[in-house]
Amino acid sequence: MSKELNSGVPTDSEVILGILNNSENVLKRLYIAYFPMILQLVINNNGNADDAKDIYQEAIIVLYNKVKTGDFELSSKLKTYIYSICRRLWLKRLTQMNRYGGDIKDFQEYLSVDDETEKNNERDIQFNKMGNALQLLGEPCKTIIEDFYINNRSMQEICENFGYTNADNAKTQKYKCLQRLKKLFFQQK
Amino acid sequence: MSENNQLTETIERYLNGEMTKTERAQFEELRARDADVNAKVAEHKHFTNLIKQYGERLELEQRLNAIHDEIDVHTLEDELMIHPSWIVRMWRNHHSKISVAASIAIFAALCTLFFTGYLSNKQANYGRLVGEIDKLKTGQNKLQVTVNNLPLQHQAITNPGNFRGTGFAISSNGYIVTDNHVIHNADSVYVQAADGKSYRTKVIYTEPQNDIAILEITDPSFKPLGALPYIFKKAETDLGEGVFTIGYPKDNIVLGTGFLTSSTGYKGDTTQYQISALLDYGHSGGPLLDSKGNIIGIVNGKQTRVEGAAFAVKTSYLLKAIKDIPADSLNKPINTSGKNVMAGLTRPQQIKKLESYVFMVRVYNQ
Repeated sequence: MSKELNSGVPTDSEVILGILNNSENVLKRLYIAYFPMILQLVINNNGNADDAKDIYQEAIIVLYNKVKTGDFELSSKLKTYIYSICRRLWLKRLTQMNRYGGDIKDFQEYLSVDDETEKNNERDIQFNKMGNALQLLGEPCKTIIEDFYINNRSMQEICENFGYTNADNAKTQKYKCLQRLKKLFFQQK
Repeated sequence: MSENNQLTETIERYLNGEMTKTERAQFEELRARDADVNAKVAEHKHFTNLIKQYGERLELEQRLNAIHDEIDVHTLEDELMIHPSWIVRMWRNHHSKISVAASIAIFAALCTLFFTGYLSNKQANYGRLVGEIDKLKTGQNKLQVTVNNLPLQHQAITNPGNFRGTGFAISSNGYIVTDNHVIHNADSVYVQAADGKSYRTKVIYTEPQNDIAILEITDPSFKPLGALPYIFKKAETDLGEGVFTIGYPKDNIVLGTGFLTSSTGYKGDTTQYQISALLDYGHSGGPLLDSKGNIIGIVNGKQTRVEGAAFAVKTSYLLKAIKDIPADSLNKPINTSGKNVMAGLTRPQQIKKLESYVFMVRVYNQ
């Protein structure tokens, strides 16, 4: 049933190693290899291609994070694992949209994967909050915070970018920004 | 504020491993001593991690989107969609149009039917049909009653001179055929000729299954008739043939005419013809003749009340019956051969020739 791209399907261990090594190539091959399977699942169960994209990316992120944090143990085929997560996510989405008719057309075997998606859900909520807080923070704070904490730029570079006269001023500004960000973040329900 | 910043900076330096050994030792001591500072360190660590992870997530999503953009989703979608059968697809895509078209079609059909008066006509046809069925039913019931009441009726007509049916000559020497049901249960049977003379007869043979009875005139006053003016047509007669009969439903001869409408009789009885002629009970036993004056059957009077549908026993059965008469019950030979002298004649002339060979059959019983 499933339509796989024969060339370039990475082996399961290749994927694990690739993710750990931040291999762009492996990620791409992984993504391309299993997307059709999920597209098939979604579009044949009341969804469209965008829904498929959303839940597939969510599943890849779940996998990615699990591998990165080191608590991923491959107990089944990676394909089955991805399918199961997507199936679970899609069922949930369908139920939320009241489009679930109590019946889902399956194309692969699958496992039950409840808790993993739950965990991911919590993290998503936090990330959402963070995204909102950063938007509310405004410039130049947003860029300073992003540059320093996300892009690992040195204070020296930031100082130059923003034209601060000395690094101390920049530091003070950064701490103010961080304070405000915390406030905005924790204010959100 | 600045104190706070100082602490935050210290924490950051501590977390980033930018402290010297002694600084680090001092700070760790402070953490151990001051729970507040310790909590701040944990919180800062958690929060900055969250920012970092958020950044990573954003980046990962961007990477995934970039990969996704390279996939030709549209083509894949077409390939992977389970296509329902074309009729389902057609319905899904066009159901509104189909519904509208169907509604219009139904509406148009109804309008057409309405304006052409078809609807009301149909009602009438239907009614008529019901009426016909009812008539058939009553007709059949009547027949049933008639058949069941035959003996009773015989008792009712004890009055001498009540005519019961018709018979006709099958030979010139006094043999007459009539319906078995006419003479059934009779004590004595008389026949009366067209000229009013009455003769006593004897039933010499009956064939109840074909409703045929053969009488012989035993009356000494009977004088042989002339040669039969008709012949018995053995072959089946075709549908649509104009037929006629004469008989005695009352004291005078009555003509009945019609067409041969079916080669089988009541309920598909193959021994009979069905004819369209309004006949009366008294016609029973009369000769059925085609337009050329050949005898093609014996009117079977018991069903003549059915809506212009009468029945007649086919000649071939009559001939068979004649053949089957036991020889010892015959006093004279039966000579059925005649000469058809009526072929070219008009109906009135035919009847004139015929009437002296057709007899009223009178039946008497207790």
